[in-house]
This record gives sequence, C-alpha cells and structure tokens, in this order.
Amino acid sequence: MDTYYRPEHLPKFSSIAQGNQKLADKFFDYYAEVFKAGALSAREKALIALAVSHAVQCPYCIDAYSKESLQQGADLEQMTEAVHVAAAIRGGASLMHGVQMLEHVQRQVMA
Amino acid sequence: MGAPESKELVGPRATTSLVSRASPLVSTAQQLKTLRQVDLSKLPNQGVFREKLTPAGIDIFQINVGKLCNMTCRHCHVDAGPDRTAEMMSRETVDLCLAALDKTTAKVVDITGGAPELNPHFRYLVEQCVARGKHVMDRCNLTILLTGPCRDLPEWFASRGVEVVCSLPHYRQRNTDLQRGAGTFEKSIEALRRLNAAGYGRGDPRLRLTLMHNPAGAYLSGDQKSMEREWKEGLQANHGVTFDALIALNNMPISRFLEWLEISGNLQAYMELLVNAYNPATVPGLMCRNTLSVGWDGRVYDCDFNQMLELDTRYADGRTAHIRDFDPQQLATRAIVTARHCFGCTAGAGSSCGGAIA
Repeated sequence: MDTYYRPEHLPKFSSIAQGNQKLADKFFDYYAEVFKAGALSAREKALIALAVSHAVQCPYCIDAYSKESLQQGADLEQMTEAVHVAAAIRGGASLMHGVQMLEHVQRQVMA
Repeated sequence: MGAPESKELVGPRATTSLVSRASPLVSTAQQLKTLRQVDLSKLPNQGVFREKLTPAGIDIFQINVGKLCNMTCRHCHVDAGPDRTAEMMSRETVDLCLAALDKTTAKVVDITGGAPELNPHFRYLVEQCVARGKHVMDRCNLTILLTGPCRDLPEWFASRGVEVVCSLPHYRQRNTDLQRGAGTFEKSIEALRRLNAAGYGRGDPRLRLTLMHNPAGAYLSGDQKSMEREWKEGLQANHGVTFDALIALNNMPISRFLEWLEISGNLQAYMELLVNAYNPATVPGLMCRNTLSVGWDGRVYDCDFNQMLELDTRYADGRTAHIRDFDPQQLATRAIVTARHCFGCTAGAGSSCGGAIA
C-alpha cells in the first residue's frame, strides 16, 4: 500500500462485513434509516453530512456527500456555507478553549 | 454548418448546437457507438439493456414540432438552438398528426421541441387538440414567454386550459444559469410571475403549472417529493412564485449532454452510475410503454429520446412507422426499441416525461 487513501475503497465499504456480518448489518441498516427524509429533508441531511465530513476530514465522506448534496438539490453556494459551518465550529472550538487558557493565566499571574 | 440563426430569437445561450459546430456527435450512429464503446463489462449484465419492453396502449400522444429554440442549454438532448430552422413540422404533418390522434384513445397531447411555441402552426395544433377534448401539455423553456410573439401565451394558454410544463433545473440561480445560460434564472422567474398572474400554479386543476428539474451535472435526480417541497418554499419565499408540481428527470447520455460527459471526463462514471442504479420497479411505468412520439418530419418513435437517436418505431414486419400510415393496431404488437441510453430512464427512482416512476 503506497498511500492510505484510495478512491476505489469507497464502493468497497460494505466489505467491512467480512470480519463481522452482524455488526455490519446493524450499522448499515441504521445508516440507511438515518438518511431517510424525516423531520429533516434528504437535502438537509446531505448538507449536515457534508459539513461533518469536513469536520472529521474524511475524503471518502467528502466524495460521497458532495455527490449526494448535489443529487438532493443543493447547489455550490449552499454546500460552501455548510463547509463554513464546519470550519466555524472547528475554529470556534479551539478559540472557546481559550477561556480555559485565560482562567489558567488569571490564576497564575499576579493581577 | 447549420443554418444562420434567426435574428428575432432572443434567449440565453449556454453553448452552441452540435450541428453549428459540425461535431461528430451530429451523427446518431456516432452517439450510439460512443455509448456502446464505454467499457461496462464488470457491471451487471455487462451494461447491456436486456429488458424486453412492450407497449401498454397509447395514453400520451407526444408531438415534437421542431428543433428551433431561442436557447442552447448544455444538456439538451435535442441539440436544439436558434440555428435549427430547417427541422420544423409542416402544417401538412400537423394535420396528419391530428388524423392519427383521432385513431387513438390518447387523452393527453404532449407538445415539445425545441421551443414548440416557435412553430408557426403551434397555436393551430393546440386549438385542434383542445377542440377534441384532449389535455394539452406545452413543454416550455419559460424564457420564450418573454419574447415578442409569445408574450400573450400565458393568457392564451389559460383560456384553453393548457398545462404548462416548464424547465427550471433549480430554485436558485447558480445551477439554472450553469445549465441553461447566464440570465436564464431571472427571465424564468419573470415568466413564472406572468404565468401566476394568468392564474397558473395556484392549485386550479385546469391551470396546472408543472416545473421540470434535471441535474446540472453528472448525477441523478434526487427525491422528487422532497425537492418539490423545497422548490415550493424557495420560490415562494424568495420570489413570490407558486407552482403546482415538480417532476424530476435524469439527464439522458445523448446529444449535447453526451458531448459534455465526454469532454468533462464523466462519461464512464455516469454510465456506471446509471447501470448500477438500475431499478426494475421503474419498468412498468416507463414512458415508452404508454407514449408515442412523433418527430417534426412525421417519423414515429417509442419516445423522444429514441427520436433524437433516430431509432424509429418498427411495425412487426420491420417497416419503420410514419404518421401518414399510422396504424395503432399494428403498433400495439411492436417491440419497443432499446439501447444503452435506456438506463437513463431506469436509474434510481426512474425518469420519464412525467418525472420519477418508482
């Protein structure tokens, strides 16, 4: 293996069942159920998945949910806004921890 | 080279016709060969469309009155455009269509093009069909309704109860203009407002306004119901426009969309997508089973896509069908002509002139 990520792995996702069919069945059933249109539309779920894909930086997921978002009727502007939501939360999560840093500083430095 | 463009035709242009560029894909044999040459040997049935399709009776009589259009959308399966002035249904052929229609039990007449409104006999054809008590559908590109001689059409259609089926790939600007040319979205919204003002799209079953979506790229249409809900919310909230229903179609890998698939390097993946998404539940509802499609020159086809590939309907004895010797009894026993492009209609939720099937 000369690289960790290969596009041809994506359609082989279901082969993960080779080691444990029961767990794979449960997972894929659950997965399919999660993405059905419900209180959220299929497009909204695809955009959430796209944002999360960027937050977890999974190229397989970005590939799959870029296509799915388009198919479910999202356009580039909506998809870009979804990615910015992921970026804002990731950036915000770092920055929010700054308050911990601030408290450490306030405790340890003479006012 | 094709004929010079008609100067009066104002409309957005995303590309130019294959004919005007003398593309090799002008040849329908070349299109079929291009599709056959895609290596799908590792896919189910090696990517061969094996379904034997039989007619279920003619419910919809579809008439393609010509290839002339004020627009040149990237995905057009007709290779329509302002330069396509040569292919125009004559009054004589229109009358042959009406005589043939009288021999069928079809309740719906589906008029398409090009921009069908540009045929000089369009209004005559509509009047004659309405007089026969048929439900008439006009496949409208919307922008044509803003051009000179067509500006009165919303009211003209309304007084005759014609259903207007409009192309609008997206309820937001970007994907609409990418597919159909800069400025299309704005013009389409204006045309929809005029249709609304004429009473269309407000829930009156006599004045149905149907929008037609197809993807702006190499992916399938999504969930039709879900999209209809979002299109309705989006158009109402942002533009104050209403409509009755949305139908979603897949793009057929022929003509200008085939050219785009080739140029963009998407052909192999798109054909794999279509074949892998084959859904047998779509077969009973395929439009080729309940529709007959007549070309501008009177040749008869199983559907508008076969028409564009010049895959003529054949009687059981092998003769190609023409509207002048239209024989519904003999046509009822025909075998529907299929090839690889048919995977476009059987993929996912399916796709027909009436939208999703399964």
